[in-house]
Amino acid sequence: MIEKLHEDLLNKKITSGALVKEALNKAKKAQDILNPFVTIIEDAKPVEDIKTLVSGIPYAAKDNLSTAGILSTASSNSLKDYVPFFDATCIKKLKEAGAVNIGKTVMDELGMGGSGTTGHTGIVRNPWDTNRYTAGSSAGSAALVAAGVVPYALGSDTGDSIRKPAAYCGVVGYKPTYGMISRYGLFAFASSLDHVGVLTRSVKDAAIVTDIIKGKDDYDMTSWDSSNINLAKSLDGNVKGKKLFYLKNICDPNNYPDIRPQTRETLDLFKETIKKCQELGIEVVEEVFDQKLLDAIYPIYFTIACAEATSNMSNLTGLIFGPRGKGSTVEEMMFDYRTNNFSPLIKRRFIIGSFVLKRENQKKYLINSAKVRKLIIDKMNELFEKYDGMILPASLEPAPKFDEELPNYLKIEQHLAIGNFGGYPSITIPNGFVNDLPVGINITGKIKDDANVLNIAYAIEQKLGYENLIAKGWE
Amino acid sequence: MALKVVIGLEMHCELKTTSKVFSKSRNTYSDLPNSTVTAIDMAFPGILPIVNKEAVKKAIKMAICLNCEIPDILVFDRKNYYYPDLPKGYQITQSTKPVGINGKIEIEVGDELIPVYIHDIHLEEDTASLDHFFDYSLIDYNRSGVPLLEIVTEPCINSPEAAVAFLEYLRNIYKYTDCSEADTKKGQIRCDVNVSLMEEGATQLGTKVEIKNVNSFSNVQAAILYEIERQTNLINSGRKDEIIQETRRWDDETATTIRMREKVESIDYKYYIDPNIPKFKIDKEWLEEIKNEIPALPLERKNNYINEYGLSNYDAGVIVKTKENSDYFEECINLGIDPKDASNWITTQIMGYLNKHDIEINKFFITPKRLFNILDPLKKGKISSKQAKDLFFKVLEEQEEPETLIKKYGMEQLDNEDELEAIIDSIIVNSPNQVSEYKNGKTNLFDYFVGQTMKETRGKANPVKVKEILTNKLS
Repeated sequence: MIEKLHEDLLNKKITSGALVKEALNKAKKAQDILNPFVTIIEDAKPVEDIKTLVSGIPYAAKDNLSTAGILSTASSNSLKDYVPFFDATCIKKLKEAGAVNIGKTVMDELGMGGSGTTGHTGIVRNPWDTNRYTAGSSAGSAALVAAGVVPYALGSDTGDSIRKPAAYCGVVGYKPTYGMISRYGLFAFASSLDHVGVLTRSVKDAAIVTDIIKGKDDYDMTSWDSSNINLAKSLDGNVKGKKLFYLKNICDPNNYPDIRPQTRETLDLFKETIKKCQELGIEVVEEVFDQKLLDAIYPIYFTIACAEATSNMSNLTGLIFGPRGKGSTVEEMMFDYRTNNFSPLIKRRFIIGSFVLKRENQKKYLINSAKVRKLIIDKMNELFEKYDGMILPASLEPAPKFDEELPNYLKIEQHLAIGNFGGYPSITIPNGFVNDLPVGINITGKIKDDANVLNIAYAIEQKLGYENLIAKGWE
Repeated sequence: MALKVVIGLEMHCELKTTSKVFSKSRNTYSDLPNSTVTAIDMAFPGILPIVNKEAVKKAIKMAICLNCEIPDILVFDRKNYYYPDLPKGYQITQSTKPVGINGKIEIEVGDELIPVYIHDIHLEEDTASLDHFFDYSLIDYNRSGVPLLEIVTEPCINSPEAAVAFLEYLRNIYKYTDCSEADTKKGQIRCDVNVSLMEEGATQLGTKVEIKNVNSFSNVQAAILYEIERQTNLINSGRKDEIIQETRRWDDETATTIRMREKVESIDYKYYIDPNIPKFKIDKEWLEEIKNEIPALPLERKNNYINEYGLSNYDAGVIVKTKENSDYFEECINLGIDPKDASNWITTQIMGYLNKHDIEINKFFITPKRLFNILDPLKKGKISSKQAKDLFFKVLEEQEEPETLIKKYGMEQLDNEDELEAIIDSIIVNSPNQVSEYKNGKTNLFDYFVGQTMKETRGKANPVKVKEILTNKLS
């Protein structure tokens, strides 16, 4: 998609001006129906100097990425008037490459949530069915890429915040290895789990955009030099002899009591795709993970994420930025600001975070969570010695309806967080439809093996034929 | 009942570095408020810390000077609390693996050498500074993120004099190693003092009272003395239970300590490892390199001066008081000045002049080389010691080289025997009365002839030679 637009720009078949104008028109239409934007940058300037693959092409960015001079709220009332004076590194790199930012996208408040319904500007609707969730927290980014507003959008992923909405919206969602893209300018949620990533409509586009925004950054000590990696060039589709595994614990329908038909269908579809992988020459093996470790993913993710979030978001006091609270002392002002500007959901997480950080609780909750996290990583690393990656359904069902009662196994679904625990490269791609709604599969590989993971995803994408999928009615 | 005082000290000192400890803002003093500030120092959303290697190096240097164990891995922790001078809502510090632990140094208190045990040394960031006015406060973020080294002793100091001697010694080491300007006037040093009393022979420490943020060494002494008196009075009047574990502050106006809050232990700072700073390995080579940069420290130099050069304890002590003086002294010796002469001149003439005119020795016009050019002619008997002193002041007055002035003022000593004999002969011829009185036994008239000779030669005559010739002529 990006390559095609790039060629058209080079050949003057289209102009950046026309692309930006079209994107802004689509954005307004999408906004009326789906509400994916916090800010539409109406005066976005086209870039006619085409020097990179993304030059002149419009994109959108999640609202927790710092954009100089452009409102960046992280979909929270606590930052409803915050206009940063500096660009996140990824934004800066895109700007330097000539990409055109046309908007900031709605997310779950401060990234803490997976529904797309907790942003301060209202819920985000799924373009495939507006009565359904997009998932989150990169809800707006996923929805507007699925609706064809722009070819790609930036997101962030702490538990599955790019990869699950990608599945629900039928797009590609990729978070590279931890530290491949600088986190500088990403509003911190849980630093040890936070990743910047991309939502696109093809694996190739994900590779192209990541190639531009990745790299060692002097402003992020956890970033690393990946100048020897060119993701887009690594996509040759040759996957003969590659080895993947899936987990029986997750993929066997018999593991779910009172399984819903759409779960069964999603798993059936997954199995068909496994067959297709084998047709491609990929060996796919069933592995079993210690069920206790799998069951621990949700609670330990929650413990670690809440603890880090509580500390990270202590800068939100309303004293330096954000709407200043009322009161006659600074303590009263902070209290007022933090009481009135966070939703109850956020406060709940802060309380849990505070609780697990307390001296008397830290060992029992946080330290033990870190230990279990380590056990999971060790087990994964052991498996990655034998395999090129793990393939799993990104979610057990397509997007549910807003008012739908969910079975417990869906409520606590968090297996994609394995990718965050270990900082693994992880990508979700569309895997067909259940009840006319998209479902996704996810491929997760070993640290810094992004090129291999993307190439496998690319080969499967080509085989399945869901490249450049746009939601029905939005084509 | 005999009571023994037990003192523990926490000394915070700002390190001298080009930039701040976790950001690239300049680390300077006395700039305009809020002029050395970046987004990082004010904790805008999305910022990340970047560890300043220079600050780490200086912290390690101090740990080596205090004979601490140094960990092989550097780790930083977060200390979480809300205060308007702490923009992130947490301070990055070290608790898991401080840069130094279990140190020990010996300090001189009076004539005694006493050991001081170091619990730990940790590197952290300073907070912003607050200025309180009648109904508002101002925040200056210049200090936010300035590297701060905290040195914590064991409760092992048993007198206010020893406490101050220790602090002075530490300040000296900071200066000797160039790790800090260690200037209390600039607020670069702040101390917390723990004081408790125990009965002589008791094995358990008494209840500890902490006096926070004492900003000068004289106040440290005063606060300790006040606490000893206060606690002694309470114990002697049977009100020992009124000594409670609490935090007090030193009040300059009343010269007393005043209660701030009870039970410091009740504050839970929720320490945990900062996920944004990767663990950093301190390799042996780097340690070795740092070790080699440490100059000889004051106590070592002092002993050397006494044992090698035969200086008095007092003079050696005066010279090592500052590294500049000591370096000056050593340069003098390297140039060939006799150590005792150098010491005498430095501790009397030079120090006197510097104190009177408030000049620092490294800005003093008489460099060791110039001092040599004053003292060498004296040593060779070319000028008298009176002339040397005159020359010293003339050099300062006229800012000219000693050689030039010796010529200009004809200071070369007259020791040509023929010339002297001629002068003395004429004096004898012109003083017949004095000659006969002398010969009749009034031998104290010898000095008259010496005086006349000196007068005749305007003080340039070599007094030894004059005496020799006179003795011959008058016998």
